[in-house]
Amino acid sequence: MSTEDNFSDQESQPEQPDRRGFIRGASCFIGAAVGAVPMTAGIRVLIDPIVRKNSESEKAEFIRLAELTELQDGEPMKFAIVENKSDKWSRYTDVPVGAVYLLKRDEKVIAYNTVCPHLGCFVDYRKSENDFFCPCHDSQFNLDGKLTKGVSPRPMDELVVEIRNGVEVWVKFERFKSNTKEKIVI
Amino acid sequence: MHRVKQLYEWLDNRTGVRDHIREVLFENVPGGSRWRYVWGSTLTFALMIQFITGIFLWMGYAPSGQTAWESVYYINYQMTGGHFLRGLHHWTAQVMTVLLVFHLMQVIIDGAYKAPREVNFWFGVILLKLTLALSLTGYLLPWDQKGFWATKVATDIMGGTPIIGEQLKLLVLGGADYGHHTLTRFFALHAGILPVSVIALTVGHIYLFRRHGITPKKPLKGSDEFFWPEQVLKDAVACLAVLVTVLVLHFSFDGAHLDAPADPSTNYPARPDWYFLFLFQFLKYFPGHWEVLGAIVLPSIAMTLIFLMPIIGRSEKGHKFNLGLLFGILVFAGILTYVAVNQDRNNPTYLASKAQAQREAKIIKEMAANGIPPEGALALLQGPKLFAQHCASCHTYGGENGLGNKVTDQSAPDLKGFASRKYLTELLHPKRFNSPEFFGNTAHAKKSKMQGFLEDEFDGIDDDEALRNEMNQIIKALSAEAKLPSQTKMDLNDKADIQAGYELFEEIGCVDCHALGDWNADEYSAPDLTGYGSRGWLMGIVDNPAHERFYGSKNDRMPAFGKDEKLTRKQMEQIVDWLRGQ
Ligand code: FES
Repeated sequence: MSTEDNFSDQESQPEQPDRRGFIRGASCFIGAAVGAVPMTAGIRVLIDPIVRKNSESEKAEFIRLAELTELQDGEPMKFAIVENKSDKWSRYTDVPVGAVYLLKRDEKVIAYNTVCPHLGCFVDYRKSENDFFCPCHDSQFNLDGKLTKGVSPRPMDELVVEIRNGVEVWVKFERFKSNTKEKIVI
Repeated sequence: MHRVKQLYEWLDNRTGVRDHIREVLFENVPGGSRWRYVWGSTLTFALMIQFITGIFLWMGYAPSGQTAWESVYYINYQMTGGHFLRGLHHWTAQVMTVLLVFHLMQVIIDGAYKAPREVNFWFGVILLKLTLALSLTGYLLPWDQKGFWATKVATDIMGGTPIIGEQLKLLVLGGADYGHHTLTRFFALHAGILPVSVIALTVGHIYLFRRHGITPKKPLKGSDEFFWPEQVLKDAVACLAVLVTVLVLHFSFDGAHLDAPADPSTNYPARPDWYFLFLFQFLKYFPGHWEVLGAIVLPSIAMTLIFLMPIIGRSEKGHKFNLGLLFGILVFAGILTYVAVNQDRNNPTYLASKAQAQREAKIIKEMAANGIPPEGALALLQGPKLFAQHCASCHTYGGENGLGNKVTDQSAPDLKGFASRKYLTELLHPKRFNSPEFFGNTAHAKKSKMQGFLEDEFDGIDDDEALRNEMNQIIKALSAEAKLPSQTKMDLNDKADIQAGYELFEEIGCVDCHALGDWNADEYSAPDLTGYGSRGWLMGIVDNPAHERFYGSKNDRMPAFGKDEKLTRKQMEQIVDWLRGQ
């Protein structure tokens, strides 16, 4: 406490320096302590999102999105991901949480998350150019997901696809960290 | 230290902060520091706690009919440290009310309200009112039963104000009825308008206090001292005492209470917070339209008198009158509070509904832990409420009626955890099947084939591991039919056991009476167990238990709730979803 030094010359009371020092120290200490309690209590709640074990994001599961026959060869189609979702106290059933592009190429299906790997905008499919285009910072990706032009650090995020019972297209919907070279699941 | 000093010099050079600090710290305290001067500081401290904790609470609070209770629940029971934060805010508010009274008493006893300090006294009285307004508005924000009903009474009183009452009420509630805008308005008052006013007035209050200085208590105890450090230490210790009191209250009452969500359809004994109890009690003595007298006229007269105290107190007699008035009001309020508490304590109806409310609060908090549907937490309580009303005359839920009341005359199976593995382990035990918790008190108990079957096949199951394993497989298979949300993982992991159980179902002859999946026959004498315990199955049996798929003509007393339109489909779903833990 620098203030003490500054004020010691202010008064000249004939008291023992010991007692005065104690009173000053005690005042400052108690004052700081009582102020710290509500502040700490508040900050503890504030940082809840950091300290909490992430119970809200559950492990990604496969979701049935389409039948093979619905897809057109060589043309990406967009499908909404509808899932149960919890947000703080709320529990929602069947709300849209994201979307994927499904692209069928000779009986193989590729799935891309529609989220741009750069900074998270929604990537469009441009029919005229037959490519993916992000309207935010103009990244362009070809149908293989490769970056052809722009600032994205990595290609479009491919998702795992399973064909079940010969016709059903199931996709493991995952989200990835934005703006990193590697694909990191979050 | 040197660096800090340099920084301080720099700051002082730019701002002149040193003079201000000196002015504050070296204020003269005539006659030296005393404990009786601490009240103002403790109030400032309490106010500071409220501002800090309040802003952090604000970050988690969502004012609206479907989110207020829910967000407070989330702060209180789910967020790290939320319980403590809310407890601090709540109990500091209570302690602050007491401190206000102490401060007022000290000011009047010491004559600190007299000239030239009249204006500052008025500032203080307004601050007192603002603080009470903060308490009143804050009481509603959790949108629980307690706050809702108490505030309803308060706003109805307001609506009774002559001439402007109705308009005033519309203005405050944001409409004719309680709803979203009541909360947004109360919240804007509680976290915006009132605190800003309090800050402004407190600044003025402290400024005026500095201008006139402390009112020394005569005779002086010693020689004059500076505020720093002796009085500061006393103030700090007093603040510490305040904090300790708050902490003790928080821990002994387990934080701030949260009732069940506001529900206009249930009876709830409305009571204001304890410091308004005397006014509440006072009203009981004013029948009908005399209410205005007790609720508005007399309190206004008392307030006006308090306001006029500095003028009345000019003469020695006036001061005595003020003292008398103050203590009169305090004693009167004390007695009324005591009477109110005492009446409630001896009122069985009050106690019963209070206890019921507490049980409901407990139930809903347990349910809310699994997430709350978008319609809000109140919807969660509909299941148990409907169960208590329509099912609990025969069935029980864990020995209770669904709302926490013990049931003694149970005559149909307990349904808690219905179709879960645990439930079936109990139900299918040869010694338990015909016990009163299950079918013992039903018509099925007499000459029950099922009971006979269990005794034949599973007698001595407790000592026979092979038997127990068989039973467990059957149970797993049967329970998997329910697709209970709580067992999704288990069902997935135990595929092999479930398949084995399914086959045993046929092998040991369950299938002679019950159908299950592919095990089918032309005629069955007992309920179809395909989808047993699932949403569809339960909806079916509630709809019509006498349907041939269930008990057919052997149905005991269970009404056909859907078929006979005793319950709507929505209501049936609410009961079923609750039973299934959805
Ligand atoms: S977010 Fe897509 S390019 Fe920046």
